[in-house]
Amino acid sequence: MSEFIPDIRAFCCHYTSQQACADNGKGLKEAGFPENVSLDRLTCTGKLQVSALLAAFENGADAVYVVGCPADSCHNVKGSLRAAKRVSAVKKALAELAVEEGRISMYHLDRGLHPEFIAAAREVDAKTRAMGPSPFKGESK
Amino acid sequence: MIIAEKKPVAEILEMVREYKRILVLGCRGCVTVCSAGGEREVEILASMLRLGRKKENNPVEIIEGTLVRQCDKEYIDSMDQWNGTYDAVVSMACGVGVNFIANLRKDSMVFPAVNTSFFGGSVEQGVWTEQCAGCGNCILHHTGGLCPVARCAKSLMNGPCGGSQGGKCEINSTVDCIWQMIHDKLDATGRKERMNFVAPIRDWTPAGHGGPRTFVRDDLTV
Repeated sequence: MSEFIPDIRAFCCHYTSQQACADNGKGLKEAGFPENVSLDRLTCTGKLQVSALLAAFENGADAVYVVGCPADSCHNVKGSLRAAKRVSAVKKALAELAVEEGRISMYHLDRGLHPEFIAAAREVDAKTRAMGPSPFKGESK
Repeated sequence: MIIAEKKPVAEILEMVREYKRILVLGCRGCVTVCSAGGEREVEILASMLRLGRKKENNPVEIIEGTLVRQCDKEYIDSMDQWNGTYDAVVSMACGVGVNFIANLRKDSMVFPAVNTSFFGGSVEQGVWTEQCAGCGNCILHHTGGLCPVARCAKSLMNGPCGGSQGGKCEINSTVDCIWQMIHDKLDATGRKERMNFVAPIRDWTPAGHGGPRTFVRDDLTV
């Protein structure tokens, strides 16, 4: 049986991912950012809608996570708090569908390229590999 | 406005299990304002239904739409635009909308996506409370504008009862005693003698106890 490589979608705000995307992501790759995580940069995570997060699962994601500013110092005041609320709503939606809530998560990180940005991606990757493919793909373990 | 809350998606999935093409239909009236059944909620429910059906390996085609209101015949008629594209309708409107679709679309099966809860208002963002019971015989002029029918657990016409403690209701310490509030309001507006008014035994016929209510405005009918 071939190794399961999860399809992970990350939604990051402009500030938490700005350095990460410098040099076309070269720095990210060198720092060990998992290649199976695709980044979707937003002006602010407060812009994210519940439907956009659900759509990521519809489009084949095994896990989704959001990286926004620290809760008490969002560049747009409450953007990352709003994002966290929407992540909670998707957790609830997954629970209603009897799917692991851990397939979506929220991180609050400082701006710039920090080890925590890489660590978050690796944590989601490891957690998702342990959970297996998304049950929405009809091929769960 | 009418306050509603989305039903658990598992309940909705069970209702429509046998249907392959579903029209998820929102309403731009009250349920949009209380974030239960507007355009955004249609998008979310449609996504959840598709995901739920993918998980069950029972694919479904979802058509998304919203009507200006689902409580007027003229807007229900506009459902003609989806004729032949769906096998069942999941209405995100209040129970009035579901009934109107059932009344007017003779060949369509319609299912409710929300629980219609109460007449209320938004006291802060994301929080709604019941304010009116639609009882058909308003007595707010006696009670400082505060409704004991909707907001007293016993719907007392002469309160408070002995369960009022420290301004709170005996059913739950987080619930304000509306009769305490009525007293305070009348006092604050210099009308506390109104508390001496004894409300007579009430005729509940206008509250629906005489069967479904109909209201005809002769000046508006053609």
